Parts: sequence; structure tokens; C-alpha cells
Amino acid sequence: MTETLLEIDGLSVDYETERGDLKALRDISFDVRKGEIVGIVGESGCGKSTLISSILRLTAPNTRFRQGEVRFKGQNLLQATERQMRDLRGDDISIVFQDPMQTHNPVLSVGQQMVDIQHRSSASKAEKRAKAAKMLGAVGIPDPEARLSQFPHEFSGGMRQRIAIAMALMSEPDLLIADEPTTALDATLEVQIIERLRELQREMHCAVLFISHHLGVIAELCDRVVVMYAGAVVESGDVREIFHNPKHPYTRRLIECDPGHIKTRARVLPTIPGEVPDLANLPGGCIFRDRCDQAMDRCAQEVPPLERLGEGHLAACWLNHEEVSA
Amino acid sequence: MLSFALRRFALAALILLVAVTLMFLMIRAVPGDPVQIMLGPRATPELQARLTAELALDQPIWRQLVIFYGNMLQGDLGTDVFSGRSVTQIVFQQLPFTLELIFASIIWSAALGILLGAYAAAHPNTVIDRTVAVLSVSFVAAPAFVVALLSLLLFAVHLQWFPAIGVGDGFWDRLDHLVLPAFAIGLSWVGYIARLVRASMLEVLGENHIRTARAFGLAERRIVMVYALRIAILPVVTVIGVGMGFLLSAAVFAEIVFARPGLGKLVIDSITTRNYPIVMGSVLISTGLFVVSTALADLINAWLDPRARTST
Ligand SMILES: Nc1ncnc2c1ncn2[C@@H]1O[C@H](COP(=O)(O)OP(=O)(O)OP(=O)(O)O)[C@@H](O)[C@H]1O
Ligand code: SF4
Ligand SMILES: [Mg+2]
Repeated sequence: MTETLLEIDGLSVDYETERGDLKALRDISFDVRKGEIVGIVGESGCGKSTLISSILRLTAPNTRFRQGEVRFKGQNLLQATERQMRDLRGDDISIVFQDPMQTHNPVLSVGQQMVDIQHRSSASKAEKRAKAAKMLGAVGIPDPEARLSQFPHEFSGGMRQRIAIAMALMSEPDLLIADEPTTALDATLEVQIIERLRELQREMHCAVLFISHHLGVIAELCDRVVVMYAGAVVESGDVREIFHNPKHPYTRRLIECDPGHIKTRARVLPTIPGEVPDLANLPGGCIFRDRCDQAMDRCAQEVPPLERLGEGHLAACWLNHEEVSA
Repeated sequence: MLSFALRRFALAALILLVAVTLMFLMIRAVPGDPVQIMLGPRATPELQARLTAELALDQPIWRQLVIFYGNMLQGDLGTDVFSGRSVTQIVFQQLPFTLELIFASIIWSAALGILLGAYAAAHPNTVIDRTVAVLSVSFVAAPAFVVALLSLLLFAVHLQWFPAIGVGDGFWDRLDHLVLPAFAIGLSWVGYIARLVRASMLEVLGENHIRTARAFGLAERRIVMVYALRIAILPVVTVIGVGMGFLLSAAVFAEIVFARPGLGKLVIDSITTRNYPIVMGSVLISTGLFVVSTALADLINAWLDPRARTST
């Protein structure tokens, strides 16, 4: 019944840099089922944006896909032709990028851009404009018809974020990817946008891959969650399960930092003492070792595998093995 | 938009005032008695006195300047010392020849330069990109008067494809006469603009909003030619506006080489004969042209770039 829509399977992605290859993603695996909302959390720089740009192959030119597959409805997108990718983009899969201030073309009116992205439709220009206005209204922009002729810089950050969401939902995609769509906003706006997003998602039955720094938002919105650390998945599973029974010290620390109430958002993003390892020069063993207060000898020698601990609950930590063997 | 335009033109008027005043003072600093030179062997004390009075050269320099501006505001730039015709009339008679030459030069070179630059940026590090790069450098390095002379010799004298001198009569004939001088003036601009567009285009293509356009599956052609180029040509418009000065001086050479009437020839001829009113008239018009073109470039930019409309 719950068909798999998107499968990330053993994906490893490097950035070629002057310092050598930066291992941005290592052996990432998870899937998104039809109509489901999956959250991705992790500190800044853990590879969230790299991951979602890799799905649509819209990464920077120095990106190298080393291994693995990204399958959408069974088709491996990393092998697809450029033409096939273009047909998917903004149609079956839509994306809301991270920075709302730079996401729209500064010299074209919002209406123009919203009409342009309906290039697959055979509707007249007037009909496309009407649809654009309707979408703007749906994400809560007042007086949408008049605002269509305005330019991005005439909108606030929150408004631009709504426009980006409206644009992404316009084609009623099967999968909506949203990269920190609320990070730049204040708490009230954040609540509004999250609620609006969920209403629209219910109406359209699309799956959502939702990226956030903010655990509270994830708890509120998502069915399942993937926790990333330094380019790898360290834990994943059902949202309730993860919040009530976290199996990875990193997840536990994140939850301690951010108690998970959307309305009492921490002013600062979660901070955990210690530094993320250098992705261009990764240490052996567990990548979280330097910051883990439960680290053991074994953690320095062997990389903990992502193990199944319960119904759909995966974690990569030797502690769970101790428990199992004990 | 309107208040922006008004402010821009106020600035233009101010620049014009300063430039014309400077020119007025500079030409009077050129050594030699102007009346003597103008009249040449015909000079009699009586004639000299009359001309001096006519040109107000016996007045202190600040009064001369006030008189000049007073007349100018009434549209009177004085009369030609030799023919007695109105300077305004003479200058405006020559102006169209220069204008058509400058426009022809800039239109073909901007069109070609933008296309080459955009194409090179959309296909970086390909053979075409490298070819464009090499051609651009050689075009930029070619001085207009050398190109003018060589193309005159090759295409007009040797191959006889195009007329060598004059401006022609009737639309097609005039166009025919424009080809070689416009080629000579525009060639270095092609290279210059191609390099400029390639650089700004590469920058724009790396911006986030381009990735957004791609994420909606827009055709690459539309992304390059509309989404990126609309932004990437902004510096070109400014450069052409400011480059009007260079275009004018290149036009002077071209007008001399191709024996075309025009402002350039008028200025050269009148400076050598110290024909003050004509020199001032032509300088005023060329400065005006320069000032108007930079203001126009800003306005075009404001029209192309909505962000610029609100800032100063
Ligand atoms: N084009 C690039 N070349 C080299 N390194 C890059 C490039 N893009 C990103 N990186 C690096 O790759 C790592 C992952 O970056 P990414 O943007 O995916 O992180 P993120 O989880 O989205 O962070 P944030 O929460 O700040 O958005 C970071 O260390 C980043 O500095
Ligand atoms: S494997 Fe060891 S170092 Fe890594 S998170 Fe678990 S306990 Fe900490
Ligand atoms: Mg990011």
C-alpha cells in the first residue's frame, strides 16, 4: 500500500577541492514513501543541501558522484539523461532551496517567473497568471493579483519563502523537497508556514522531504526522520520513536539542545561542544567519537554500521551492540 | 521611476556645466592670439577690433563665460567667424553623420559581442570559448585608426566591395558607406563586450536563482538568454554609456580616414583655425552627447534592473 517513491541507496558524493576530495556524503541510504513527510536533521555542514541537490542533480560543478543510486519511481536518476532530468524537475519533483533571498531572479517579476515555470502547460498566459495568483493566495500572500507584477526585492524574506513554496507546489509534484524553508524566519512566521505547508500537503497528497536544523519543526511535521552527522546517516526511524527512544548519542544531544516544541523555539541553533571532523581528512572509527561522552576503545578502531534496532529504526553506534550482546 | 529619471538628468546637467566650463577655459589657454590666427593675412586693425568685440574677447574671462551661457540658454551658440552662419545650425547639420556612425558601430559590435560572450560563458572551456577568448584579445588590441586604414585599403581600394569615402545618398547608399567606418570603430568593442559579457555571465550562471530556474526544468536556452543575460548585460549598458567618449574620438579618426563629414571633422578643422564659436559649439554638443548617453545608460539599466530603480 505504501509504495516507495524515492530511494537513496548507498549514495557517496565528493566535492573536488584544492585540499583534495571533500567527502560530503558517505553511504547514505533511506527512502521516502508516497505521501509521507520525511525530515532530515543535522548541524550546519553535515551535507543536507548536498543530499537534496544530488537528487535533482543540481549540485555545484565540482561535485563527483562516487557511488550509489538515487531511484525515483524505480528509475536511477544518476544514470538518467539530461533530458529525462529536465522532465522531472519542477514537475514530478519540486524543490524549495535554502536561501529565500537569492532564490528568485532579481530582474524578472514574480508573475513572469511563475508563468514561466508552467512551461509544460498549454494554458493561455492569462490562465497561467490566474493560477499563479491563486497559488500565491493559497500560501497566504494578500492581494496576490497585484503582487504578481512586483519584483522579488519588493517582498520580505518570509514572503519570498512563501512564493518559493507556492512555485514548488504549482505543478502538484509527487515529491516536494524543502531545504530549511523556515530557518530564516521568526517563530510566528515559522509556525504559519509549517501549518500552511501541511494543509497543502494534505490537499495534494505529495511526499515531502523536509530539511531543518530545528527538531521542533521536524517533530511537529514529519512522519519519519533521518539524522545526519558529517555526511553520514547516524540514525533514522519513526519520529515518535526517535524522540522518545533515541539510540545514537548525537541524536540525544540534539534533542537535549532543542526540546522539540515548535512554539518555544530556541533562539540559537543547537550547539554541541566539539568540532565536526574535517570532511577532507576523516578519522577512522566512529565519526562522532571526538564529541561523544560515551566513546569506548572500539569506537576508535571500527566504524559502527547502521543497524536495524526495531521496526524501521536504524542507528550507527556501538553502544547498541553492547546492549544487544549483554 | 520618474523621480529617478529627474534626479539622473539633474546630475547630467551638472556634469555638462562643469565640462563645458572647463573646455571654455582650456581653449582660451591655448597659446597664440586667436583673432590673429582666425583672420590670418586678412587681419587689419579694424577687423581685429570688430572680431574681438564680437567674440567678447576684450571682456574679463568670467564675463565671457556668463555671456556664453546666457546665449547658450537662448539656443544661440554664436556665429561662424568665416561664413557668418549660426553655429547651432552648422553643428546640427554635422551631428546626424556622426550619430549614425556611432550607432551603427555600437549596434553591430554590442550584438555580436553579447552573443559571443554569452555563448562562450554557456560553454566554458570549449574550443569555441577559447576561440572567442583569443579573438577578443586581438580585437581589443586593434586600434580603430589602424583598422580603419587597413580596411579602407583592403575592402574599398583593393577589393572594391564598399565605397571608400563620403556618406552617400539615400538609405541603402548611406548604409553602404557606413559599413567600413562602423567596422573599424566597432571591432575593438566586439572583443571588449564579449569579454565583459562572458565574465559577468559566468558569475550570474553560478547564482542561486539560476539553479532555481533549472530546478523547474526551464529550457537551458531560455535560462541563458533571458534569466542570466538580462542580468549579465547590465555592465555592458554602463560601459557603452561611459564609452561614448571613446566612441566619439574613434569617430573623429574614422571621419578623417573615410573623409566623412561629421562632428569630428568639424572640431579638428575649427581648432586649427581657432574658430572659437564652432569649437565651443561642437564641444558642447559632444559633451552633451556623452552626458546624455551615460544618463541614458543608467535609465536603461534602471529599466532592465528593477533593483536599481529604488536606489540612487
Ligand atoms: N561546491 C562545494 N565545494 C566544496 N565544498 C562544498 C561545496 N558545497 C558545500 N561544500 C561543503 O560540503 C559540506 C556540506 O555542505 P552542505 O551545504 O550540504 O551542508 P548543509 O548540511 O546543507 O549545511 P547548512 O545547514 O549550513 O545548510 C560543508 O562542509 C560545505 O562546506
Ligand atoms: S560508536 Fe562510540 S563514539 Fe560513536 S556514537 Fe556510539 S559510543 Fe559514541
Ligand atoms: Mg544547507
